[in-house]
Amino acid sequence: MNILYPKNTKEFDDIIKKDKLVLVDFWATWCSPCRMLAPVIEKIAEQYEGKITVLKVDVDDQQELAIRYGIQSIPTVTLFKDGNVAAKEIGVKPLNSFTSMIEANIA
Amino acid sequence: MSDIIDVAIIGAGPAGLSAAVNTLARGKTLRLFSSSENYLAKAERIDNHLGFYNISGKELMNRFVEHVNTMNVHIENEKVVNILPFYDHFMVNINGEIVEAKKVILAMGMSKVKEIPGESKLLGNGVSYCATCDGMLYRNKTAVVWDQSKDATREANFLNEIGVKVIFVSKNEQPKELNPNIEFISGTIDEVNGNTKVESVIIGDKIIKTDAVFMLREIVAPTALIDGLELDGGFIAVNSSMETNIEGVYAAGDCTGKPLQISKAVSEGLIAAQDAAKKIDKIKLK
Repeated sequence: MNILYPKNTKEFDDIIKKDKLVLVDFWATWCSPCRMLAPVIEKIAEQYEGKITVLKVDVDDQQELAIRYGIQSIPTVTLFKDGNVAAKEIGVKPLNSFTSMIEANIA
Repeated sequence: MSDIIDVAIIGAGPAGLSAAVNTLARGKTLRLFSSSENYLAKAERIDNHLGFYNISGKELMNRFVEHVNTMNVHIENEKVVNILPFYDHFMVNINGEIVEAKKVILAMGMSKVKEIPGESKLLGNGVSYCATCDGMLYRNKTAVVWDQSKDATREANFLNEIGVKVIFVSKNEQPKELNPNIEFISGTIDEVNGNTKVESVIIGDKIIKTDAVFMLREIVAPTALIDGLELDGGFIAVNSSMETNIEGVYAAGDCTGKPLQISKAVSEGLIAAQDAAKKIDKIKLK
């Protein structure tokens, strides 16, 4: 399983520019719904290994990114395609809502 | 996370308590959660529940609770925030604690949740049902807390502690326990405004600018609790085994529709519990 934790905005930007499809889980340690979603995100990373890149961004550590993408509620899971936001799911959602979001954007 | 339990029961009225008794009777483990007062306890006199002629709602409710307590089941007074299906089981968020359960029985009674204009459009974009979940995102910002449950004061104080500028809106008197740093407005919220995120709320003839609105009702609407739950005429849709459109999630009692009666709730709780237990046994045999 391969989940990346970009340490700063630059690292984040480099990844979303370089990789075609990037799924980003905006979360925080204190957020219980985020903890609930964690195994779902891990499953996605496993299922789509080599096809998409999965990132986790702690909104407390990386407020710049949270502000840039207008994160008002967490968990928010955003799919980036070619560096742009292609789809977004706010809140605790089942696995299939993320797989359908990915399937709709995977070429 | 603790060990996985067999059945999580949400609601401790006649349906939830009956589900608890029957889950236990089938040798299954359970936890029982309730966050609101039961309507039954407010009924003056009940004549149509077999075996109990001329009994007050309060007394009958006490007997029900005593019954489950005798069986060593205790009601946990916590609010369920959300439920997430994950493969063959569920993760249930009980006010921050994640409980894993094989089956879920919803028995939270009739949901009197009336959404206000702007609420569902801005849910997740400033509208929140859970202060401990989203509060930290509004540090150094303004948040309106709408008092609609007994926990609202506690949650408003929590937001104030973590550095949110809190405005407390209530139709009741200002609670004594409310932190004095919190601004109090008497009234109810009529509307939430904002384009892509919350910008203001309307309270009577006042417009209050805010970044967030915490709607702290006693119960979360079933459809906000679990994604994709089907309703039928405002009530949770179920089949003859009391199972909803989501496999493994059952509903029983007033939340499934009329008649809103004790005997119906008790029997639905039994049907749901027995079916849940039966299906858990089938999985074990595989």
